[in-house]
Amino acid sequence: MARQEGGRVIEILVDIVLLSFLAVMAVGILRLRNLFAVVMLSGIYSLISAGLFVTMDAVDVAFTEAAVGGGISTVLMLATLALTTDKEKEPLANLQIWPLLAVFITGAALIYGTLDMPSFGDPQAPIHLHVADRYVAEGPGATGVPNIVTAVLASYRSYDTMGELTVIFTAGIGVMLLLGAGSRRRKD
Amino acid sequence: MQRHLVLRVTTKLLMPFILLFALYVQFHGDFGPGGGFQAGVIFGAGFILYALVYGIKNARLVAPDYVIRVLIAAGLLLYIGVGFAGLFLGGKFLDYNVLASDPVSGQHLGILLVELGVGVTVAATMITVFFAFAARGRDEG
Repeated sequence: MARQEGGRVIEILVDIVLLSFLAVMAVGILRLRNLFAVVMLSGIYSLISAGLFVTMDAVDVAFTEAAVGGGISTVLMLATLALTTDKEKEPLANLQIWPLLAVFITGAALIYGTLDMPSFGDPQAPIHLHVADRYVAEGPGATGVPNIVTAVLASYRSYDTMGELTVIFTAGIGVMLLLGAGSRRRKD
Repeated sequence: MQRHLVLRVTTKLLMPFILLFALYVQFHGDFGPGGGFQAGVIFGAGFILYALVYGIKNARLVAPDYVIRVLIAAGLLLYIGVGFAGLFLGGKFLDYNVLASDPVSGQHLGILLVELGVGVTVAATMITVFFAFAARGRDEG
């Protein structure tokens, strides 16, 4: 029992450290004008988010965040910087009151909105009262796949996954059309 | 990056492990964290690393454009094909139960094939997007 308590304290400490790192990264991204450093910081931001997802036991999400957010996005952003510029333009005025006000009101509304959300891990949350219990209870037996995340993604929700794959397919086709990947026709 | 000896040697050493890890993530996704999406990204990242260090031209020799272009569509077609296979075998669209003699192994087979489709399309798309960005800089620079 005492050991469990200790584990919880450590988990809270890890959460506080990771979240304050996230805040530091966000402020750094806002303040810096060197876009190369900004891209690197956003990569680190993704990696720290992945760490947070691990503490929430969402290892599949953490894996995706680390691979896509920390890896591929960073590389693509760097490639974009190589095509454009790595210096951000100076802002026109030092302090603009209306945008600041809009941001504060939107932020306050969002935080107010979270008050209605069920607390993390609440068994009475709406998401746990629908089909989740059935997936957890039946999933491994019905699909023969021990990883419930995979069972839900690829079997129970295979229509959604097909839609996501179509999105990726469309994105790839779009980039090919816009940037002309591998076309030799641009030379004539 | 033609002259960075350490980077070139390290990349060459890491390459088989990156690709093997991607395959592990792909086919072990049933049992542990991972799956087609993550595996595809890691597999694509292997090729991107190769292109960064050895140049886009050499990377295109390993992964020619026409192959990658076919693979982008092939992954999605495999996914949809599994769906239609269920339809033709007397089930519903994307119903894996009818793919094998008993429902559980049918589900297993269906999930494996569908995840493979996801992995192939994701990897090919990542490689295409990176090549498109990098090659454009090369042409105009």
